[in-house]
Amino acid sequence: MMHRKKKEKAIESTLLMVSGVTVVALFLLCFFLFREGYLLFGDYSIISFLTETSWYPSSSPAKFGLLPLLTGSLIVTAGAIVLSVPLGLASAIYISELADPKIAQLIKPFVEILAGIPSVVYGFFGLIVVVPLLQDLLDLPTGQTALAGSIMLGMMALPTIISVSEDAINSVPTALKEGSLALGSTKWQTIYRVVLPAALSGISAAVMLGIGRAIGETMTVMMVTGNTAIIPGIPEGLFDPVRTMTATIALEMGEVPQGSEHFHALFAVGAVLFLITFMINLIADSVKKKYRLQEGV
Amino acid sequence: MFLRPKTSEKLAFATLRLSMALVLAFVSIIVIYITVNGYSALSLDFITQMPMKRMTQGGIYPAIMGSLMLIGLSMAFAIPLGILSAIYLNEYSTPGRASWAIEMAINNLAGTPSVVFGLFGLALFVKYFGFGASLLSASLTLALLIVPVIIRASKEALMTVPQEYREASLALGVTKWQTTRKVILPAAIPGMMTGIILSIGRVAGETAPILLTGAAYFLPRIPDSVFSQFMALPYHLFVLATSGTSIAQTRPIQYGTALILLLIVVMMNSIAVLIRRHYRNKLNR
Repeated sequence: MMHRKKKEKAIESTLLMVSGVTVVALFLLCFFLFREGYLLFGDYSIISFLTETSWYPSSSPAKFGLLPLLTGSLIVTAGAIVLSVPLGLASAIYISELADPKIAQLIKPFVEILAGIPSVVYGFFGLIVVVPLLQDLLDLPTGQTALAGSIMLGMMALPTIISVSEDAINSVPTALKEGSLALGSTKWQTIYRVVLPAALSGISAAVMLGIGRAIGETMTVMMVTGNTAIIPGIPEGLFDPVRTMTATIALEMGEVPQGSEHFHALFAVGAVLFLITFMINLIADSVKKKYRLQEGV
Repeated sequence: MFLRPKTSEKLAFATLRLSMALVLAFVSIIVIYITVNGYSALSLDFITQMPMKRMTQGGIYPAIMGSLMLIGLSMAFAIPLGILSAIYLNEYSTPGRASWAIEMAINNLAGTPSVVFGLFGLALFVKYFGFGASLLSASLTLALLIVPVIIRASKEALMTVPQEYREASLALGVTKWQTTRKVILPAAIPGMMTGIILSIGRVAGETAPILLTGAAYFLPRIPDSVFSQFMALPYHLFVLATSGTSIAQTRPIQYGTALILLLIVVMMNSIAVLIRRHYRNKLNR
């Protein structure tokens, strides 16, 4: 009997150790990212990194200004969210409130395919179809612009926004809806006066996760935004080429000698990107928790 | 407002339907466009031949093999890690610091951009462990990237196993681990499979992490060890579509490669849907 108990204990400890791998992985990820990034600041001042307005890694002296890359990421992401939130939210309302359950079951796999298409395929489609289309339609010198990035990222953020908002809408208690309908409201009045406000925190979590998805996307933006490291004007910068933080890392890491100043600068950009997504996740998480609490009441 | 409630309802519903139609149109346009253009490039030679004449002709055999090896190796790391972690979280852990830390780590890893995983893999596996730019470094990096997905899906599958199964087995004097292995795991495996299959699609398509940890621009052979560099489908598509002097010339190969990537994803998704449906019907019976 003792033997059996010992064996069970040993199994439990092994399982705990195995699941601890994720914690170790996150710790190592932070450690290596910040250490390699921090090494930039031996020779290069952190103030210049944060305030310098140009990114010229191969000029001498080299300039590693974060601002053009950060603003590039922000403008592409903002465009993507403006395009995808209304569309995604409307689709989520359609799926959960309007559609026949059988049709909803047919639609879901389509949305999952949208989520599954590799980013490089989106980039390829954007490069071949969307970029030339934008150039012709808007009469631009090049179609490789922030707008092209926003359109493609908007499509890619849709599945996240749709599925998370759908969950939020579905978790609104039926009694609330029935109460509103019993008072003589139309179905639409019920949706936008009762269901949407009740699902609001879940929907904001969906938006946050969509932002996280868009800002971290690499291959698609790299293929369609033109990759020019200039601080974009707002909003006319949408029609210019931009370069995001993600694209910079992926484009330049291949040509950089390991351990050089440029190498560490790319890690520093990666660390900033990690901090941004970390905070976005934190906000999304706390919003989700809040609406779980509200439901409990 | 100025509109009668019934009229505004009609307008609103029409807008909702239109939005849904637009989203479905996006999916269809991308899938149809790639299929129509890529179809003519597909042939037995395309998937069994080496690239020829500086990649402007021939097939994509090494990229297919590279991707398959990458999937196999990263899954070999990620599946046991993911399933065992899920078992711990759902069957063993009690609310406390350990399970809080693990859940927090999973959430954060799941939200971390793939290019950041690439940097991490470069610093840890390529540089610090000295694996170099290799199949091993890239597989380990991708394994860490998908472990959160597998844990979440497996945990959800474990949660759907009715509590009575556990109680009945334990009441018979069976130990917890035996119960988990012989009763709970078999009941949860179909649900776990869907998560694993979906993450295979993800591994097949990820580009940024492997670009930093071992994918080769061009390599006219199959990797002979885990320390060798490799070609992979998504990186091959990226290279052909964006660099070099013969972008227009290699267009058919690009469409063909994109179609194969798309086929992998659609296939994995369909299998996952079928398993889910089969399993749900079984439960309802």
